[in-house]
Amino acid sequence: MGKCMQGYLDEQFMELEELQDDVNPNFVEEVATLYFKDSARLINSIDQALERGSFDFNRLDNYMHQFKGSSTSIGASKVKTECTMFREYCRMGNAEGCLRTFQQVKKEHATLRKKLEHYFQLARQAGPKETARRSK
Amino acid sequence: MAEVMRSETLNISNNTSSLASPELLHVLAVDDSIVDRKFIERLLRVSSCKVTVVDSATRALQYLGLDGDNNSVGFDDLKINLIMTDYSMPGMTGYELLKKIKESSAFREIPVVIMSSENILPRIDRCLEEGAEDFLLKPVKLADVKRLRDSLLKAEEGVFKNIMHKRELEANDIYSQLKRAKI
Repeated sequence: MGKCMQGYLDEQFMELEELQDDVNPNFVEEVATLYFKDSARLINSIDQALERGSFDFNRLDNYMHQFKGSSTSIGASKVKTECTMFREYCRMGNAEGCLRTFQQVKKEHATLRKKLEHYFQLARQAGPKETARRSK
Repeated sequence: MAEVMRSETLNISNNTSSLASPELLHVLAVDDSIVDRKFIERLLRVSSCKVTVVDSATRALQYLGLDGDNNSVGFDDLKINLIMTDYSMPGMTGYELLKKIKESSAFREIPVVIMSSENILPRIDRCLEEGAEDFLLKPVKLADVKRLRDSLLKAEEGVFKNIMHKRELEANDIYSQLKRAKI
């Protein structure tokens, strides 16, 4: 995992990579695909709930619990941290805090998505004898 | 000889090892998260287990035939060696699933492991008190799964050894009867 991933992904991501083998060479990418599909759905649900203006903190916390869970399973450390903050604001019933933190969640999520897309692209292109060089 | 044999009923236990196939544990995994389902399935396959994954406690009960609709699926046909379930699930929780399994005469012997992302001691205590085999913090580690697998295989080995020993004893018993009858 290159320097660009540092901080964004933790040891759990490496655990996922350990589970990959010749028979299942795309396992990590498959998990990532499922994660982004699932998290997009949750982001959408939270967006809609926040837009409605009525802050059902229990419901919001529920969505975020799921989001945090799958973020943890893929090793998305920054996203996970923002999720935790959001849940704290839910517990305090702080609507302003929720709105602010959710922007951060979405930002980290989008950044991670770009980085992982790039990462998997490199992994696919890297042959056994060559290393792909991409200008940043 | 026939006389002697008929007065004794061979009582070799029909309880063969409940392994799904030689050396292969069959695990039922329950989790509402699609990411976690993919992950636990992989962990179990890498650990050489046969896996069935479902997305809710209700579906788990359906699979086991405990949902009331279909009780005709016998335990022998299913041969589940371990159930691993998430704690927090919409509808029926993993804890409620655990209780239902332990209330069932057919399935109460199957070890149930609870998985949770939250390290809440009263929750852990409650699950263990209800008969959970173990409580794992998410994300589950490959080492956790291998440890579970090894202890289950060891337990099955113990059952198998007991059966073989029992058969030996029964065989010896018949032999001595035959000898006494001077066959």
